Amino acid sequence: MGGSILGNRVLRKEDPKFLTEGGKYVDDLLDEPLLANALHVTYARSTVAHGKINSIDVSEASQMDGIVAIFTGADLDLQQVPSAFNPMATRTLLATDKVRYVGEPVVAIVSETRSQGEDALDAIIIDYDVLPALIDLEKAMASDLHLYEACGSNVVFDTMVLGLPDNTGEAYFADCEVVVKGRFMNQRVAPCPLEVRGAAASWGENGRLTQWLSTQHAQGAVAPIAAANGVEEALIHVKTPDVGGGFGAKIGAYPEELLLGPIAKRVGKPVRWRETRSESMVALGHGRAQLQYVTIGGNRSGKVTHYQLWAIQDSGAWVDMGTILAPFMTRPMSSGVYDIPNIECRTTSVVTNTTPIVAYRGAGRPEATAAIERAMDMFAAKIGMDPAEVRRINLIPKFLEPHTTVVGQTYDVGDYETSLNKALEVSDYAGWREKQKAARARGDVKQLGIGVSIYVEITGGVGNGEAAKVEILDNGHALIYTGTSPHGQGHATAWAMLASEQTGIPMEKIDLVWGDTDLVPVGTGTMGSRSLQQGGNAVFAVSAELVNKAKAVAARLLEANEADIVLDKDSAAFHVAGTPALTKTWSELAQAEKSVGGALSHSDVIGVTGATFPFGAHVAIVEVDTETGKVTHLRHFACDDAGRVLNPLLLEGQIHGGVAQGTAQALLEEVVYDTDGNPTTSNLMDYAFISAAELPSIDVIHMETPTPLNLLGAKGIGESGTIGSTPAVQSAVIDAVSHLGVDHIDMPTTPQRVWEAIVAAN
Amino acid sequence: MNVNIVVNGINTKGDIEPRMLLVNYVREHLGLTATNIGCDTSSCGACTIHLDGESVKSCTILAVQADGGNVTTVEGLAIDGVMHPMQESFMQNHGLQCGYCTPGMVMAAISILKENPNPTEQEVRAGLEGNLCRCTGYHNIVHSVLACAGKN
Ligand code: FES
Ligand code: FES
Repeated sequence: MGGSILGNRVLRKEDPKFLTEGGKYVDDLLDEPLLANALHVTYARSTVAHGKINSIDVSEASQMDGIVAIFTGADLDLQQVPSAFNPMATRTLLATDKVRYVGEPVVAIVSETRSQGEDALDAIIIDYDVLPALIDLEKAMASDLHLYEACGSNVVFDTMVLGLPDNTGEAYFADCEVVVKGRFMNQRVAPCPLEVRGAAASWGENGRLTQWLSTQHAQGAVAPIAAANGVEEALIHVKTPDVGGGFGAKIGAYPEELLLGPIAKRVGKPVRWRETRSESMVALGHGRAQLQYVTIGGNRSGKVTHYQLWAIQDSGAWVDMGTILAPFMTRPMSSGVYDIPNIECRTTSVVTNTTPIVAYRGAGRPEATAAIERAMDMFAAKIGMDPAEVRRINLIPKFLEPHTTVVGQTYDVGDYETSLNKALEVSDYAGWREKQKAARARGDVKQLGIGVSIYVEITGGVGNGEAAKVEILDNGHALIYTGTSPHGQGHATAWAMLASEQTGIPMEKIDLVWGDTDLVPVGTGTMGSRSLQQGGNAVFAVSAELVNKAKAVAARLLEANEADIVLDKDSAAFHVAGTPALTKTWSELAQAEKSVGGALSHSDVIGVTGATFPFGAHVAIVEVDTETGKVTHLRHFACDDAGRVLNPLLLEGQIHGGVAQGTAQALLEEVVYDTDGNPTTSNLMDYAFISAAELPSIDVIHMETPTPLNLLGAKGIGESGTIGSTPAVQSAVIDAVSHLGVDHIDMPTTPQRVWEAIVAAN
Repeated sequence: MNVNIVVNGINTKGDIEPRMLLVNYVREHLGLTATNIGCDTSSCGACTIHLDGESVKSCTILAVQADGGNVTTVEGLAIDGVMHPMQESFMQNHGLQCGYCTPGMVMAAISILKENPNPTEQEVRAGLEGNLCRCTGYHNIVHSVLACAGKN
């Protein structure tokens, strides 16, 4: 009997295709019969941040070569659609009365070729009454000019409306020996999946709409697409081609995608749409954008007793998912890994004339972690204690039974001190401190900075389980149907490992089906680091059930008792215990079932109760040129505990990618608007998308504390790297210049900001 | 305009619009869709191919400029079903996740080693600066290239 495949460094099944013929992304569906002769849709977008639409003139554009049709919202008879998160906020999918951000779609052009549609853009004349642009969060909060008049305010969500108390201000800290305050801007960033959004739509003779979507959650798109088309959900078929990254920004269906069905119906032909990168930078949702007022208090021996956070979340110009991340992700995680007896956390979400905020890798937890970690650093600096030591003093001790923090969040299992110890030891934290001391003593131009962060986050909080089906084909191969939606995570490999473990069928004979709502009608998609612990868990459980079903069939064929049938996983065949010579293979069983009109398959939705709380510690080492402010990220050590590991190769890949995105936020990336609301980072030349040249190799430190909450003992790993790395890198930069009197630098810690902070401190 | 371009060893021709980019010639005219488009400012490198042996961003070149030239895309690398050592190295080292940057990345990586068969990690990182990846954090891409050079 061979050993278990689980836990092994298994190479990806999906790679040969991607490496030799490339993925089949939505824009690659050139030979799709249902899209033969498809027309192209191009959207004309608002060029002003805030304004009333006076008139739209498409007369010249309509006369241009290859233009088939041009639609305004009125032409398509678009109705107001309420936000799922605040029904008082409503909009039409193409702006009709008002535009609220640069990039908002206003007009749809349908053309024979894509370039004809792009050519027609310039000829569309939209006349606006320009309104003042509300870009600054706090100004928007106070303004009498409201983006959504029916809301009566630009505040569209507040924890006080949920009945939670307001923060009590300075009085809260009356008993503290030491109190430190900060105002941190967790800046707006662009998710930037390398594949931008794209979609296509085609109506069949049967009255059904097939829509291809570059999405993280096909099943979730069915209801909004049905609503946009005014048809029943049964008439909608969503198909997910390969998806070139999502990072949270491709969870929900966007107006540009929802409109394709109605447009295809009007023109009587299938349509395709793919945005340009410059469009994507302003119209794909952004992430983060949270202003934080933080106060931390405690005693001089390093114990933190009080913490107060007011998180003001920029929602952007639509009440999208970003609105609810502060109350439902940042607030519950505000205590971090620390045992702080008194915490107050209010969150307020505000609409502004900027691109809507959606989930972006970490979605609310990086913000919580950044706030408490920066506060811990400032507290440590104030009492003159090593930041790692202050953290250690305040950690929640190891727990293997659920632990509930003072903000009411229950964590499954945690061993934060071990993760800290490992990170400090492997990184040689003490050694770097010595080097730093020497460099400071020498007064070097280039100074070392060391940043430590410890985090805990929520994963698998979305959905209560997942659907899986495993079907055996006549040839003995297996097909897995999953409700998750891989777009780089390697589910074809990981789910095949799980099914192979149970059935003995070799991985190369196991294929994966996902993201097709006819084939997989139930599914919660891939988001919130849920896939393995819910989707993989379901595949594992359903495969085990399928083995039991197969035993019943084998018992019938072998004329034996079901209880006496054993599966020899090495040969992937069943036999009666004690008589291994007479076997029934998976193929034989599948054919036998087929011959009696059945099929050898099992399908179920496997429930999972509760989220899991991965944790870890990161150490970042940077070098800062004190004359220019230039930061070099020298080393990064990441100890991330995601419970039991299915495939270390995939786990490390997730950590590497996460660390890169976290570092990108800490050092480089920021979406910027001018005061009129014009984005100044709307392409990849102006937006500082991190490259290989700006990153070091990443040292991954393994640690496994399994969760009891699923069969696999697995927690999520998709977002941990981002959550842990961002504060560690930011902290390292500040640490490098702290001896010059700098106590805080907002992200991104660009050379200019670092240099300005040094100058200001002098 | 008429063009004749050898693509992956095969003579191809087309009567194309003068403004057609080489990347669109390859993708739409020939249906070789592995080469991707990730930006509109020549910043991302997803469209990297080889033209007459040099790696180029195929969104920066008009198809007519490649007339008479010799193009290789990632589809043309494997020989008799055996992957090029760089493709194999990406597979062995998990140098790809969503796969969108991958064809361009592999083509760029091959060029890096052609010019410098024995690069340091920093040289590989500098060489890949014009090829963006959002998934891998570049760690395994860089190590795929180093491994292919016999280092690691
Ligand atoms: S498509 Fe981005 S560089 Fe060519
Ligand atoms: S693997 Fe997704 S962009 Fe590189």
